[in-house]
Amino acid sequence: MNIDWFFIIEKIALISGVLALSLGVAMYSTWGERKVAAIIQDRRGPNRAGFMGLLQPLADGGKLFFKEEIIPTLSHRFLFILGPSLAMLVACMTSAVIPWGDTLTIGGRQVSLQVADINIGILYIFGVVSLGVYGIMLGGWASNNKYSLLASIRAASQIISYELAMGLSLIALLMLTGSLSLKDIVEQQRHSYWNVVYQPLGFIIFLICAFAECNRTPFDLPEAENELNGGYHLEYSSMKLGFYLFAEYINMFISSALMASMYFGGYSFPFMDSLGLDANLITILGFVALFIKIICFLFLFMWVRWTIPRFRYDQLMRLGWNIMIPIAIVNMLLTGAWILYKQG
Amino acid sequence: MNTQQVIFLVLSAISLASAMGVILSKNPVTSVLCLILTFFTIAGHYVMLNAQFLAVVHIIVYAGAIMVLFLFVIMLMNLNADVEPQKRNWLKYAGAISGGTLLVILVAALRDASMPSLQSGSSDIGLIANLGKTLFHQYVVPFEISSVLFLSAMVGAVVIGKKE
Repeated sequence: MNIDWFFIIEKIALISGVLALSLGVAMYSTWGERKVAAIIQDRRGPNRAGFMGLLQPLADGGKLFFKEEIIPTLSHRFLFILGPSLAMLVACMTSAVIPWGDTLTIGGRQVSLQVADINIGILYIFGVVSLGVYGIMLGGWASNNKYSLLASIRAASQIISYELAMGLSLIALLMLTGSLSLKDIVEQQRHSYWNVVYQPLGFIIFLICAFAECNRTPFDLPEAENELNGGYHLEYSSMKLGFYLFAEYINMFISSALMASMYFGGYSFPFMDSLGLDANLITILGFVALFIKIICFLFLFMWVRWTIPRFRYDQLMRLGWNIMIPIAIVNMLLTGAWILYKQG
Repeated sequence: MNTQQVIFLVLSAISLASAMGVILSKNPVTSVLCLILTFFTIAGHYVMLNAQFLAVVHIIVYAGAIMVLFLFVIMLMNLNADVEPQKRNWLKYAGAISGGTLLVILVAALRDASMPSLQSGSSDIGLIANLGKTLFHQYVVPFEISSVLFLSAMVGAVVIGKKE
């Protein structure tokens, strides 16, 4: 057996870094959400813990850890604990195939800022996203509460319905790029226009489906508190509740990173090859560029939440099946026709 | 033993244990979860064979779509020991006899089967580029027909949804 130990150390460091990054961003997204809500509603928002309330997420996290943990007597104990764990696990898995930057050269070694450049990157993401529903379904069912069950059934049918349109919008993108590897997709955009120029309709469909997959307003039907007493995590307390809420923010972060990578050039930024800077510096600047794009998307998620009211459930289903899927199919046909015309 | 053999053995052990769990567990929801775990280990075997596309499609289709629907139905039916109707005795005998016959047939069929070792050709045969080329050159007509079938199923779902 010859194992490249440096390779393993490098990957472990990268995975820990990406995980810490996702958790950190998710933590500060809660702060950001409250600040954005406060600005939109003309309030101040959290401002007691630390400068501008920056220590608020730490205080919230600490509070959740030390709260009393209640497991309902009539619940299915194992599945009740498995639910939030799965939600968290699946939320953290997607980040493996996202290219966080180009390669760094450290001591003569090329270190790619992507955990795994597999040739099925987008399909991997699609597979993990389709597993995301299990955490919600199991948690809602195991609580042995009819509101939780209703909410988890809502969540499952919503996620299944919007996955279809999401997949169809991705197919149109794949027809253009001809590669399933996210690294290739970003590299193509580096030397040409961003994909959003070629796929505006596909991007809008993907964006709407991302909102639905993350259970964000206007699609937060599984958490509709005025109909369901709080949704699928009604019976949860302590950090298990925290995991569900946290998983939602990680999902937001990851889908923002995905949209930035697939439609907005990922870590590439304008004039990056004509600046004449050191390659390592360009890589770091690229990472910063990706991060700025991600923060813009996160802000969009929050902005929409505090602007658009929630849909009704039948409206949600009608939008998914009768509007999004036909539009996505038309978008696919148009893309195909355009590619044929260009080749013709 | 090299690393591959160790991974293979661990995967096989988990897949056999979880497959047993599917039929041995009393709770239908646990059965479904065991089945999902079985699918994952099978996907792991596909990855070991360097068939990444097959592995990920296996997870998307089986674990991501079909098992969600299974879970859906089981949760809504709320099966548990109290409401489950008592099985009749003759039903148990019929099940045991038919299962036993199936076992006999399988053993008889596999006893004389010759299992030639795999021709180790290109190990990249399962990668998506090669698979796509094969599908669109050699098998383009069946592939297109089946895709029309899937599209019609989807359109059918939309039409049913539109009907008030």
